[in-house]
Amino acid sequence: MGRMRNRVLLVCVATALVTACGGSAAPTATTLSGTAFIFAAASLTDSFKALGTAFQTAHPGTALQFNFAGSPTLVTQIEQGASADVFASADITNMDKMKTDGFTAGTSQVFAHNKLTIVVAAGNPRGITGLADLAKPGVIYITAAKTVPAGKYALQILANSGVKVTPRSLETDVKSVVGKIQLGEADAGIVYTTDVIAAGSKVQGVPIPDSVNVIATYPIVTVKGARNAELADAFIADVLSADGQAKLKSFGFLPAS
Amino acid sequence: MRRERVPIVVAVLATIGAAFFILPLLGLIVRSPWGDAIKALTAPETIEALKLSMIASLSATLIGVVLGVPLAWVFARVEFPGRNLLRALTTLPMVLPPVVGGIALLLAFGRRGLVGSWLDTTFGITLPFTTAGVVMAETFVAMPFLIITVEAGLRSMDRRYEEAARTLGAKRWRVFTRVTLPLIGPSLFAGAVLCWARALGEFGATITFAGNFPGVTQTMPLAVYLLLETNQEASYILSLVLLLISLLVLVALRHRWLGSA
Amino acid sequence: MSLDAAVRLTLGALALDIGLAIEEGEVVALLGPNGAGKTTLLRAIAGLVPITSGHVRLDGKVLEDAATGDYVPTEARPIGFVFQDYLLFPHLSVLDNVSFGLRSRGTPPRDASEKAARWLELVGLNSYARAKPNELSGGQRQRVALARALAPDPRLLLLDEPLAALDVTTRAEVRRDLKRHLASFPGLRLVVTHDPIEAVALADRLVVMENGKLVQTGTPGEVTERPRSQYVADLVGVNLLAGHADHGLVHLTGGSVVAAAAAESGEVFAVIHPRAVALHQRRPEGSPRNVWPGRIKGVEMMGGRVRVRIAGDVPVVAEVTPAALKELNLDEGAEVWLSFKATDVGVYPA
Repeated sequence: MGRMRNRVLLVCVATALVTACGGSAAPTATTLSGTAFIFAAASLTDSFKALGTAFQTAHPGTALQFNFAGSPTLVTQIEQGASADVFASADITNMDKMKTDGFTAGTSQVFAHNKLTIVVAAGNPRGITGLADLAKPGVIYITAAKTVPAGKYALQILANSGVKVTPRSLETDVKSVVGKIQLGEADAGIVYTTDVIAAGSKVQGVPIPDSVNVIATYPIVTVKGARNAELADAFIADVLSADGQAKLKSFGFLPAS
Repeated sequence: MRRERVPIVVAVLATIGAAFFILPLLGLIVRSPWGDAIKALTAPETIEALKLSMIASLSATLIGVVLGVPLAWVFARVEFPGRNLLRALTTLPMVLPPVVGGIALLLAFGRRGLVGSWLDTTFGITLPFTTAGVVMAETFVAMPFLIITVEAGLRSMDRRYEEAARTLGAKRWRVFTRVTLPLIGPSLFAGAVLCWARALGEFGATITFAGNFPGVTQTMPLAVYLLLETNQEASYILSLVLLLISLLVLVALRHRWLGSA
Repeated sequence: MSLDAAVRLTLGALALDIGLAIEEGEVVALLGPNGAGKTTLLRAIAGLVPITSGHVRLDGKVLEDAATGDYVPTEARPIGFVFQDYLLFPHLSVLDNVSFGLRSRGTPPRDASEKAARWLELVGLNSYARAKPNELSGGQRQRVALARALAPDPRLLLLDEPLAALDVTTRAEVRRDLKRHLASFPGLRLVVTHDPIEAVALADRLVVMENGKLVQTGTPGEVTERPRSQYVADLVGVNLLAGHADHGLVHLTGGSVVAAAAAESGEVFAVIHPRAVALHQRRPEGSPRNVWPGRIKGVEMMGGRVRVRIAGDVPVVAEVTPAALKELNLDEGAEVWLSFKATDVGVYPA
């Protein structure tokens, strides 16, 4: 926790220094303007949208455009030239790929954690009580593809618990999994607890024991060559601020440290 | 034939137009890692996706012909109230975004769908996440192509040949199989090829309705999409395969588009 | 063995109302201008067009009866139809075209091909058995169409303008062949044509139609000698007037009175050959009592003779020599006097 606060402090000082030394043309925090494109993992959809709205209200004249998709999809898009200013991933692996391929500016920072849970339709019609029930005959279990963080985590959880089950579909992002459970097409999936909260009364969660559960780590970074690096950095700072952290917590995320 | 001189504006615009199509294809050809082509093409996932794509698209085409030809015949030959509306509905999938088509299929044939729930409770049959679901999604988006092509063929054929056949004693089924079908042969062939090509390339409706799982529902387009995230070069190679197939379709139908020589 | 048809139907602007009977042994030609309804009548007999009232009976068997609702579909009628543009199936060989009717009626393939081959020989096209219709000339296609219609041994042969699609030089030769084939065909034969030469050459009896109705029927000789409509009169090339006869006079419907030696009483047609009409620059004196003024509407050269169309109270066509044309200064629009003898007027009951 302490290390996290130091890091935040460091970023704030650095930002202040940068803006102060930037020369007469450098904008300060109060003169943020323009548009920034935030590429964020699908599981951040609801929380980041809320953060974005608050940010734009606090900084009139700024516009934040969000692109939510599975983390590997976002990496591909950015590496193929999509103009992103900020990248928020649902795991370290995808962030590392971005770094190795040279698409990040500065260091990435972890801004949230998340736990996973089993998701079923409201009312739990199939009576799923735990991971072992996923392998019950007649239960349609779906997951995200293994390159998507949620999919990778799900595989780890199943490995940890020794449950062998073949998914019926490998979705391209975690929201699609939730969507199909909601529609009643599939019976169960493994998604983030935040997704279950976000979907409200349409679905419900069946908890996964901590002993086999995985903690997802969410890093965020400014993209190299960002058109509006100032706005990007400001948004990241907002996410990492006490206010931002509180908002994320309200959506069910675990704190950054 | 004397070559007509092309006005400069037309030449410039036409060149830009041509470049618009040629450059992406060139990019694909140039950037593909030809050295790894064999490895990418013979990888088990590729073979599986290719096999599944072929089976599903050919099945979709077969269903398209069996159901589409009678529909086309009804549209071309029978007057009934609501015909125009029905024809518009069967053409709708051509303009509908494929994902929307997938959602519509879910609402009709998904586990809680209008027909799907009955199938589930009565027979225990679920269509999503199955190869049958893939075939359904592909048929939904591709059959309209066959219907409008065959209908056009039926409308443009000289119906007096059918009268001639009747004066020679041929009953309706014989008139249809021995006279009408051969006369609309080219339209039927073109319609079937278009149907097959569209089914082969279908992505949105497939992934929404049938899902994505190797060997069961992961067709070539889905495989390419996912490979883009894990093994980009392999996705280029597979894209080239799909491109080659599309080119073959165009070549097979060139006389229709460009007129017979 | 006979065909008995009474057909009433409306198709677009055409109102058809005609009775037709064909006996064994006679070739009947339906003659009339375009739009008269000849082809429609043929198609109605074939069952391709529904009739509103009336009936079609072949050999005593009802093919269609509007009153009772009986209807035998086209494919069940023992007919052969030769279409104006032949309609040979383009995707089948000549042999398969000819055998189509036999195969459709259940003849085993080998027998059908044999019989078809024999028919091709009859029309002189056996070397073209494997060819496709588009490889044949117009005259050859006509023969294939005929063979195809005849191969299944129909009871009634219907031909719709069988020579119309041919050029003039081919037509005469094909017409001779067609006459030969028609003569050897044992069933009933009905030919539709707008060409009077064709009608006269092929038919034993003419049925003249105009605007969907029967105008005149009879042997070619009867019809041409005694035309009963302007259409036939024009075909034959004579002047036709109609009126009421009264002992040597015919009161035309227009008001004028024609002196005709043969006129007795009743409604009559009066016929004057154009050669019998004399033209004068001034009112002639002397014997002819049939003298009228007129104005020249048109002058045409026809094979060494000149035909002059004259408008007036008694509109006629006069035929004169080119010399007379020059002498009389006959020009379009010129005023002229015409005359003809009472003895040159043919009269017969209307």
